[in-house]
Amino acid sequence: MEIDALYADYAHCLDDDALEDWPEFFIDDCAYRITSAENFEAGLPLGIVYATSKGMLVDRIMALRKANIYEPQRYRHMIGAIKIGAEEGGVLAVTANFIVVRIMQDGAMILFAAGRYLDRVVHLDGRWQFAKKDVVLDSRQIDTLLAIPL
Amino acid sequence: MDQHTLVWPKEGNARIPYRVFSDADIYRAELDRLFLGPTWQFLALEDELPNPGDYKTTFLGETPVIVTRDEDGQIHAMLNRCAHRGNLVCLKRQGHDTALTCVYHSWSYDLQGNLKSVAFRRGIGGKGGMPDSFRLEEHGLKKLRTDHFAGLVFGSLSNDAPPLADYIGNLIGARIGRVLRAKPKILGTTSQILHNNWKLYIENVKDTYHATLLHTFFATFRVSRLTAGGGVLVSEGGGNHTSYTRGKADTVGSATSDKLYADIQSMRDGLHLTDPRLLESTDEFGDDVTVQILSVFPNFVLQQIHNSVALRLVLPKGPNETELQWVYLGFEDDDAAMTERRLLQSNLVGPAGYVSMEDGAVGNFVQRAIVGSEDECSIVEMGGHEHASQDTRTTEASIRGFWHAYRPLMGY
Repeated sequence: MEIDALYADYAHCLDDDALEDWPEFFIDDCAYRITSAENFEAGLPLGIVYATSKGMLVDRIMALRKANIYEPQRYRHMIGAIKIGAEEGGVLAVTANFIVVRIMQDGAMILFAAGRYLDRVVHLDGRWQFAKKDVVLDSRQIDTLLAIPL
Repeated sequence: MDQHTLVWPKEGNARIPYRVFSDADIYRAELDRLFLGPTWQFLALEDELPNPGDYKTTFLGETPVIVTRDEDGQIHAMLNRCAHRGNLVCLKRQGHDTALTCVYHSWSYDLQGNLKSVAFRRGIGGKGGMPDSFRLEEHGLKKLRTDHFAGLVFGSLSNDAPPLADYIGNLIGARIGRVLRAKPKILGTTSQILHNNWKLYIENVKDTYHATLLHTFFATFRVSRLTAGGGVLVSEGGGNHTSYTRGKADTVGSATSDKLYADIQSMRDGLHLTDPRLLESTDEFGDDVTVQILSVFPNFVLQQIHNSVALRLVLPKGPNETELQWVYLGFEDDDAAMTERRLLQSNLVGPAGYVSMEDGAVGNFVQRAIVGSEDECSIVEMGGHEHASQDTRTTEASIRGFWHAYRPLMGY
């Protein structure tokens, strides 16, 4: 139940444009990566986004707000099929599916992303947090650009 | 419109008619005259096909191509179109096989593209089958010329393209060799669908003027500024280029540089990175060149942004759509720390790159803006009207170089 709530909060945070709160879902020395199933299955380490600390996630949001230029857009995440795996030393493996619809300012909508979260979550400071999140996209193609995190 | 009725403006390469970015007939002519014409296009890294029997599929423009390594270790390329009834022979992006067999009627080719067998060639029980006049050796897959440079395999369908080394030229070839100095190791790939004409992305790659203005992350965090040293090298024919930034220091002094960039929004905010490890780079090439962007006409790009090295292939997908493929590289002699550095700096580039995400959208902004203005022209006059090399990046010389190479091939 608590894990379901973690994913619900995560989706609403990104979709409600509360991006400054997004790094708070992660522990300080987290790992966050967006990659494709093709890279993942080939064992290639590349991330389209590749962060190895919460600070880098903070920087990502700061850059989106202050430096990067992109057309106004929103996401709608649908996260489901949350599967809780083995726990090892207080670290819980969780896999979940997602689809993300991207809505541009003129109303144009596309199915922007589909894939899996391959996560490691830990209970720290009274709440579940991500120690590691691999966002594995089913498609190798990204439409136009990827600004807002998944 | 008939492409031959396009009259190029008298200002030459300093004016680009917007029509070339959207006209379907011009696009169709480009596929024939450029992509199937006397140009060389990137097909593969030699290391993508390490073993005999390895193959991959790619494109010359929109035309599907197979690249193979045969039993003798030689690389070959051929159109991915069965000589029989035109079916795709290879369906997978990458694979390994001893022969290339079309699924439709089991016509089978060797790894060089020669037709080796035709199913039921003699018919059944004396009935049917191919006529006796049919010769296997007359019906192979259509072969491309291939040539190699610094571990890169290029292909051409034309006998008129000069040898690849001459096509690239010494000036630009030396800059490819500078980056691809060791056996590459692929770190990963990605692809971006851009809703704009392919040439708008190519112009963007060659546009040294925009980089630190559109990509405010560059200037804000001093990844690169126009006020640092640098310049642009343009090949003799104009089509190939290299731009480079030398060092991080400002040639005009830090205060003057800040003043020149003061109008950029993000400069005023005094931003800093919480975790600056992202920008910790090493001078791996030992020449203090921090950014080098290179292109080979018409659609190949090699990038070094600090320690992020990537190939980009710009594939046309219609007048208003382009696929931008990225191959991120490290080198075989990288240690774990170097690989991690490259992975962190990969945040700078690609579809979510701090200094490249805007390039995924800006071509579409132009594409939308020029509707109805097909007879108007863009102004490409920074740095004058020539397309010679310059020791500044506040120039559009390499964009003019592209058009200088483009126009004669298209008959403009």
